[in-house]
Order: sequence, then C-alpha cells, then structure tokens
Amino acid sequence: MSPKEQENQPILAVEGLRARIGDREILTGLSLTVNAGQVHAIMGPNGSGKSTLAGVLAGRETAEVTGGTARLDGRDLLAMSPEDRAIAGLFLGFQYPVEIPGVGNLYFLRTALNAQRKSRGEEEIDAVDFLEFAKEKMKSVEMDPAFMSRGLNEGFSGGEKKRNEVLQMAVLEPRLAILDEIDSGLDIDALRVVARGVEALRSPVRSTVLVTHYQRLLEYVVPDVVHVMAAGRIVLSGGRELALELEKKGYAWIDEEARRGAFAEPVQVSP
Amino acid sequence: MSSFEESLLEDPRPPAGLPAFAAEIRRKGREVFTNLGLPTTRLEEWRFTPLAGVAGVRFQAGDPGAPFGAPELERLAGPRVGPRLVFVNGRLRADLSDAAGLPAGAFAGSLARALEERPALLEPHLGRLASGSGGAIPALNAALLADGAFVHLPDGAKAAEPLELVFATVSGPAAISSPSRVLLVARPQSEATVVEKHVALGSSPVLSNAVTEVALGAGAGLDHYQVQDQPPSAYHFAAVFAEVERDARFHTHSTALGAALSRSDVRVRLCGEGAEAKLVGLYMADGKRLVDNHSVVDHAKPRGTSREVFKGVLDGESRAVFGGRVRVLEGAMKTDAYQMNSNLLLSREATIDTMPQLEIYADDVKCGHGGTVGQLDADALFYLRSRGLPLERAKSLLIYAFAREMVDLVRPAALRDQIGRLVAARLPDGARVLEAA
Repeated sequence: MSPKEQENQPILAVEGLRARIGDREILTGLSLTVNAGQVHAIMGPNGSGKSTLAGVLAGRETAEVTGGTARLDGRDLLAMSPEDRAIAGLFLGFQYPVEIPGVGNLYFLRTALNAQRKSRGEEEIDAVDFLEFAKEKMKSVEMDPAFMSRGLNEGFSGGEKKRNEVLQMAVLEPRLAILDEIDSGLDIDALRVVARGVEALRSPVRSTVLVTHYQRLLEYVVPDVVHVMAAGRIVLSGGRELALELEKKGYAWIDEEARRGAFAEPVQVSP
Repeated sequence: MSSFEESLLEDPRPPAGLPAFAAEIRRKGREVFTNLGLPTTRLEEWRFTPLAGVAGVRFQAGDPGAPFGAPELERLAGPRVGPRLVFVNGRLRADLSDAAGLPAGAFAGSLARALEERPALLEPHLGRLASGSGGAIPALNAALLADGAFVHLPDGAKAAEPLELVFATVSGPAAISSPSRVLLVARPQSEATVVEKHVALGSSPVLSNAVTEVALGAGAGLDHYQVQDQPPSAYHFAAVFAEVERDARFHTHSTALGAALSRSDVRVRLCGEGAEAKLVGLYMADGKRLVDNHSVVDHAKPRGTSREVFKGVLDGESRAVFGGRVRVLEGAMKTDAYQMNSNLLLSREATIDTMPQLEIYADDVKCGHGGTVGQLDADALFYLRSRGLPLERAKSLLIYAFAREMVDLVRPAALRDQIGRLVAARLPDGARVLEAA
C-alpha cells in the first residue's frame, strides 16, 4: 500500500482482549482500533488495567492472555515474541525504564536499530554514521551527549529516563508507539520535550497510543481520540473534550457507573 | 595411599644436581603428600569438591618435549605483547620465550637454571610459603619440583611492561599430569605486573597443578593475574601463597573459564603494617563443570587493607564453591577488610555454595562481607527484547554486563581486551556482545 492508501487503515486492532495476573482478571474483554495517522489517549483510574494493556501488547509476560485478539497491520501480535513485535513496528515507552549498568546507551541504541534494520533486509548502520544520526536525535530531545557513554539509563533521573525513551522512539521510528505514563514524574520542560518527540513522529503512516492518568500531557499533544478505561475495558470514547471533562469531574464517577453496570457496551461520546 | 595417588608421584625425569635445599623440598613434598593423600570431601575446605572424577583417570607425567610451537602458542595465549616465558608441561621452552623488556637487574627465567646459577636468591623463599598449611596438592607439586618460573625484582625496580608466563599442558593420546611452579620475589619498593596463562592443548584429560609463591618486600607492588581457559577435559589446581610486607600491595586477579574442575586456593599473609591485598575473581561454568575458589587472608599487623570481590556465572548443572576466610589476628588493629561474592545462576540446576567467613581477634577493626545469588532480571530482559534484540543476545548482554565489572578491573589494556573476548566467546552471539564494552 502507498502511504496515501495506508491512511485511515487500522494499524492496531484489538478485539475482546482478556488477560489475568494470577487469579485476577485485569483485562476483561477490551476492544480498541487505532487507525494510521491517529494519536489516541487511553485514560483511566489507577488499577483500571492501562499499564497491563500496554505490557500485553508489547509481549510482557507478567499477565497471561486468556482471550481475544490483537493485530498489528493485520498480523497476530499475541503469537509473536517481544522482539518480533518490535521488529514489526511496535514500540513500548516504559513507565519505569530499566537501568542496565554495563550495557552502553549508545551501543544499545545502535544494536536495537540494527536488529530491526537487519530483519527488514536493510543494511546495518556502522558506529560512525550512527553517532552522527544519534547526535541529531539527541538534540531533538535536548539530551546531553555525555549520557550516551553511560550504562543504559544508569544513574538517570526520572526525567532523563523518559527523554531516553523518547530518544529510542525517535531512532527506531516505530509504526505504532505505545507510551505508558510517559508524562509521570516530569516537570514542564521535560513534558514539552516529550510532547515534541511524540509530535515529531505524527505522520499519516504511524500512530501513537498515549496511556496516561492525567490530562496534562494532552495539552501538549492533542489526541484524535480519547478513551476511558475502567475495570479492564474501554468504557467511554470521545474527542479531546472527554479528557477535559475527566479532569474536571475526576474518575470516581466512572468507577461508580462501572460498578452499576452502566458500561455494558462501550459508550461513544460525540463532540 | 592408593595406587592412583602413587602414580601421581611418578617422576620419569627427575632433575639432576639440585642444591640440597631444593632436594629437601622434593623429599618433604613427597612425605606430606604420602601422609595426606588427595583431599576428600570429609575435609571442610573440600566439602563440596569431590575429586572422584580425577581419581578415575590414569595420568602420566607430561613430556616437556611434547610438540608445541609458535602457532599453537599464539592460538591459545594470544600474540606476545611484552616479555614472555613459555612452559610446556612444566619446563621452560627457551625457543618460545623472550624476556627482553625487564628493568635493569631484574631476572625472569627458568627456575631450574636459577637453582643452578643463583641458588642464594631462591633459598630464602622457595617452598617456604607453600609448605605448612598448603595441603596435599601443593605438596604433590613440591614432590615433583623441577622447573618453573623464577622472577626476581631488585630494590626499587619498576617493570614497565607486564611479564607473561604461559603454562601449556600438552597431551597426546594419553592423559597427562603437569606441575608448574612460580616464585616471585619483589624486593622493597619494586613494582611489576605478572600474568599467568594456563592453557591446554590436546583433548585427553590433563591434570595441571600450579603453585605460585610471592614474597613482597616493604613498599613493593605486584599486580598478578591468572587466566585459566582450558578444555573441558582438564582438571586444574592453582594455589597462590603471598607474603606482603609493610606498605606493600598485592593484587591478584583470577579468571577461571574452563576445565571440568577448577580449584583455586589463595593464601595471603599481610605481615607488615599498612599492607594491602586485593583478590578479584571471575568464574564461569556450564554443563557439569565445577569451579571452586578458596582464599584465606591473614591480617597479622595493624592498618592492613584487604578487598575480595568474586563473581560467578553458572549455567547448566554446573556448581561453584566460594570459601573466603579473612582472619584478623591479635594486634592487627585498624584492619579494613571486605569480601563479596555475587553469582548469576542461569539455570535451575546450577548451584553455588558460598561461605564468606570473618574471624576477628583484634579490636578497632572495620570488616564486612556481602554477596548475592540471583537470576537474570526479567524486567531488564523484557526491556532489551522490546527494542528488537533477540532473546539470546539480550541474555548474553545482561550476562556480560554482570561480568564486565571484573574484566574492567584488569589494568593492562591488551590483557583486558583478551579476557573480555574470552568471556564473550563463552556466550551466545558473544562477538556482538563485546561491542557493548
């Protein structure tokens, strides 16, 4: 398909997804479609299953998938290893990026990019060319190049770790980026940098899912669609105004309504 | 004594014309080994290290004339980067050795020749440190004393380049045993780096029995390295005995990668005020291999410092043993001692028995120990894979990240690179992993 044709085609299609951790069902039949060119925000109270959803889509094994389907460009995500999902174009921005002393940041970035290029049949980038490329990207996330010679996320502050996630995303240029609470613990400056990174990837052939508890990030990255999760499902979907409404009213009423069974079917809120 | 133990004492090429003190070392060694026999698991220090596998093999004394040339040497020990002495089945091979590059007045060469030409330099030290508490295996080594390396640094001599000692155990169709011996005498204020590489050629079982004695005079400094990278048919025993005088510094770094069974014993005595010891070790094992590191550090005088850091990576059904004992003897106040043993277990069947031990008989001391036994971090593994790294490479990266702290402590750059390559070579996709360093 040409880029033009890809527009408005679903990149991510999730149907009736169920997952549990131990005896607890965390995802209870979740459906979500994200079309090419769109930015979606998934909001919801703590414990609604947002991070589990992000992890399950990227192949994290802490939750066990018990039902439903998830497709990336029509391919069965759930049958793929985490690395194959990355190669297929999925990127998960971690809420808590892991510190790995002993694995160099720059090396890791290049290894990740080359692993993906190689599997797509593209030529690998050598260390010298990559350094030039990475320097440009670092500038875009306002990251000090000195950080690159450190261990992966080693001794990084919370904000620096999140910038590093955005840098990785900028280098890997994923087809679908799922950013899990990328805004948590960020000051306004860092938030702007992160938002710019997300905006820079906005394109008719890519899409982004922002998982967030707060509306704040959405002041900087304007989503096309806002979803609300409760009790493991998407219960409300709408435009940007939905986020503002949630900000005003809080999440308590959602929980309340969900308990009363008000969201047996997902509700579409029209602007 | 069993017939197996008797066979270990066979010596088809006994050296002729030894000075009386050297002949006495042999006699005493034979006596001690005959009395003790090989260690059994009834001994505390050998509790987890059965030697039954060794006893099942009929070893012959290795032939020093066994074919071993420059290509084999380079393949097993890497290219020569500085002064190097090469020993085949325990005896110096002059044609492969070149000690050029030593400081003025220093000697590095054949122990046998030094016993002939300058016995007075050896007599005060040879066999002294390794006798007594050394145990049966160093006694077996003493019983077969013939050759080895002798290094003597005169007062204030500073060696610019590392001296490399390569001990090659070369077997033919038959299993062989090979003793090797090193005596390092560093006079006051002298400094040197000495690297022992223990390699083996041939696929028959070999038993290598290495003893290193180190006498450091006041203010002297020695960086000592041992690299053991033998085939899985080898049984390797290495014992290091060091005596460290006032304000002297002894650093010993061991990398144990190969062999069916690899046992290291390090005994350091800090016998002058302000003396310092650092013991660093990296070990890796897989399959059914066993690697055992034992050490005893005695603080005999005040203001001594000792540091011990050992790290292990264990896969398959391998087993590791760490026994680290620090003794702060009466009067050794202001001692500062710390030991640490961390292990990465890559399979459920791999085991580690770790026994750090502090015995303190003095007041006003600072002592501690720590250690960990863990698996690869699942979150870190997922993080790497989520960026497209294949599972095997992600694992190798994390293993190398764990081990590299020990590699980074190797000071000579060429040796550090070589050890890094040897470690990576034991990991899937290792060549790739090395770029991370």
